[in-house]
Amino acid sequence: MKRREFLKCTGQAMALAAATGGTGLFFHNRLSNEVRTVRTKTAVFEVPFDPLLPRVTLARHESPQKALQAALDAIGGIGRFIKPGERVTVKPNVGWDRTPAQAANTNPELVGEMVRICLSAGAAEVIVADISCNDPRRCFLRSGIREAAEKAGAKVILPGDDDLVEIDIGGKLLTRWPVARCFIDTDRFINMPIVKQHSLSRCTIAMKNLYGTIGGRRNQLHQEIDQAIVDLAAFCKPTMTVVDATRVLLRGGPTGGSLDDVAVENSVMCATDQVAADSRACEFLGLRGEQVEHIVLAGQSGLGLVDYRAAGYHEIA
Amino acid sequence: MTIKTARNLRRISQVLFFLIFFWLILKTTFEVSFNPAEVAEIKLPYPVSLALEFDPLAALMTLLSSWTVYEGMLWSLVILIPTIFIGRFFCGWVCPLGSLNHWLSEFKSERRSFRGKGKIESNRYRPYQRIKYYVFFFCLGAALLGSLQAGLLDPLPLLARSIGTAVLPTLHASAAGTVAWANATGITLLAVVVQFLYDLIAPVFLTFRQAHFHGIVTIGLFFALILVLNRVFTRFWCRAICPLGAMLGIFSRFAIFGLKKDKSSCDNCNLCLESCQGADNPDVGMRWRQTECHLCLNCQAACSQGSLSFRFFPDQEDTQENPSGTPKVDASRRKVLASVIGGVAVVPMFRAGDAFQINRSELLIRPPGSHPEEEFIARCIRCGQCMRVCPNNALHPTLLESGIEGVWTPYLVARIGYCEPTCTLCGQVCPTGAIRKLTLTQKVGDKDTPPDRIGTAFVDRGRCLPWAMATPCIVCEEWCPTSPKAVYLEETVAVDRRGNQIKVKRPYVDPALCTGCGACEFACPVQDKRAICVTSVGESRSQTNQILLERHRKRPSTQSAVNN
Repeated sequence: MKRREFLKCTGQAMALAAATGGTGLFFHNRLSNEVRTVRTKTAVFEVPFDPLLPRVTLARHESPQKALQAALDAIGGIGRFIKPGERVTVKPNVGWDRTPAQAANTNPELVGEMVRICLSAGAAEVIVADISCNDPRRCFLRSGIREAAEKAGAKVILPGDDDLVEIDIGGKLLTRWPVARCFIDTDRFINMPIVKQHSLSRCTIAMKNLYGTIGGRRNQLHQEIDQAIVDLAAFCKPTMTVVDATRVLLRGGPTGGSLDDVAVENSVMCATDQVAADSRACEFLGLRGEQVEHIVLAGQSGLGLVDYRAAGYHEIA
Repeated sequence: MTIKTARNLRRISQVLFFLIFFWLILKTTFEVSFNPAEVAEIKLPYPVSLALEFDPLAALMTLLSSWTVYEGMLWSLVILIPTIFIGRFFCGWVCPLGSLNHWLSEFKSERRSFRGKGKIESNRYRPYQRIKYYVFFFCLGAALLGSLQAGLLDPLPLLARSIGTAVLPTLHASAAGTVAWANATGITLLAVVVQFLYDLIAPVFLTFRQAHFHGIVTIGLFFALILVLNRVFTRFWCRAICPLGAMLGIFSRFAIFGLKKDKSSCDNCNLCLESCQGADNPDVGMRWRQTECHLCLNCQAACSQGSLSFRFFPDQEDTQENPSGTPKVDASRRKVLASVIGGVAVVPMFRAGDAFQINRSELLIRPPGSHPEEEFIARCIRCGQCMRVCPNNALHPTLLESGIEGVWTPYLVARIGYCEPTCTLCGQVCPTGAIRKLTLTQKVGDKDTPPDRIGTAFVDRGRCLPWAMATPCIVCEEWCPTSPKAVYLEETVAVDRRGNQIKVKRPYVDPALCTGCGACEFACPVQDKRAICVTSVGESRSQTNQILLERHRKRPSTQSAVNN
């Protein structure tokens, strides 16, 4: 064998050996570079407190649209909440594959009217979104909310996994949690819950409705449901809460199904204090705010007033 | 019309039927509609199982196994009756799997059997092509005893199943993976371009959510194997295995259309053989086989001498040098009989096993509206349409949950998806009626009609948070869709290890109300093996698989609707 050949052969083998060994050493015990950056963002969309106006208003009328308008006028009118050119996200409860009559989801007429009011106030864009429990396509279809919202001129979003961002919610119990972008990357946030019985939290109204802004393993939150609700309420402070009490689900909540469990109340509430709103609204279910642990805990955490009358309450017959 | 034009027509026909088939599968999915008139009962806008209803094999086999031709299956006569007169035009002009095999066989290849002389030899009629007749008669024997095995190999259900439950979900995962990879590179331009491409294909090819199917790998690999075999033998599947091709070959027995060969002008160039799809001996000097010919017209188009011509009543003189064609199936009576006997014998063997009845898996939760197991196995062609259409990805192809006999039939995996109470899509798309078409009232029930039940939920007290870990939960009760709720709660005080008294609500299931939809199991926070699980007991379709005595007394009146 010639020297040249020998050098060539061994050289090739050594180069491959070096590359192989080098690769092993380079990746040895290497930390995965998947260190995710977690956004810290609050979702505070409140308007400044006005001592001359009530914090909670309630109006009764057979037409949900008229009831909403009356309650809204009494709390300062839409101009107080939405400035021209703003982007508004409306979050009704569209949790379940149920019809409007079954009162498991927010009244679609009310959602449509809210969208119209926002647009007439000059909102640049109105988004209607919720993270449903059942198949969102079915929920938005059967609840009639997709149709009502789109007819009124809103953009309907059914958030998928791609639309979630991991956020540091900063709660006692909830820290990092995936939140749908449309609820935080917006200018104004209007929470539109319906009043329903719930066998663990006793009622699901405004603060509980915020469950629908987050994704992830929501089903674990029930283990400390009161703290979870309060954490969410501390993180997300809506511009306004519009409570649908046109039809109230007294039993079998939050899914319902039987019309025997539904009471017709023809009421709509507007509120700038979600604790006071819940405290007033739970009376439709025969409860008082002081009996409901998450409402009490929210009051103690300084998120609002359990005594809604002290907060400023105005009722329009 | 020249022969070249006719051949081009055949090519157009193949592309067209393939696209129709593919489009129908893409449309076998729940799409949002805004028409409030449709809200009460959600229906698909297209008859998405139409292509499967044109399948004569499925029609014949379900006829033999269930003694009924279900609804749209009568369309299959549109294929079968012309076949009686002209032969296997379906294989060459219509069948989407046949076309796929055709196209994959036509690529240039390094393989000797795909070039020149090698190709000519490989396209001669071979004894292995008889296998498909044995497969057909085996399936026929099994169908006679009420076990529908043809669906495993029937090309239309096979392709629908492969595309719907393997190819498209795999495409979805690859597309999503590519987007994630592009984002991870941190190169903005790349991410934007990939996202643009994704948004382009997503509305057409991808479902609302990534579907995950049990058994996808077996279906995907089987399909891949069929496609790869084309690279070894031209249209191996069509020539050797396809039971539908065999059936159409048998029905060509009295065809009046065929190939006429003229010996005097033939110069033995063998170009006809080189392009032959069916390996049916198109060359002068060999006996042409009607039962193998796909009527693709390649041989006549390739013939430079004009020696070959397809025509009605070919009426060719049978000589030693130039034998006339034969419509006879090249399979001996003994072997045909043996195949039938094999099929007939395998059913009692299946039934003597335990999976069918004696020891049926409790996980075998059939879709809502399914027939009793005996009737179900007699009708299901395993096309996977129900699995593809299910909006919750709840239905899956079985592996061994219903025994070897029921491989790739549908069952519900509640951990992945539950049965949406107001959804009746699976019954709407089932081409053979293995899953009945339910009305909304039949599905959810009302004061006079009991709901359709697919099973019953059971609380696993060793895993349930309020039962075993002194922790509040109630998610199963929250999700329970029946009204009143089948899951009910008992408030009690649990004691944790430190002796703290903790108020919890413990779930119970009322078997009289539970429909087995699996929403509770789906929602249970105990992530891996859930603390509440549904099993098949209590299913409406079974007389015996029951817990409650009252179910025997109040046998639902739906029984009358069952027999359609």
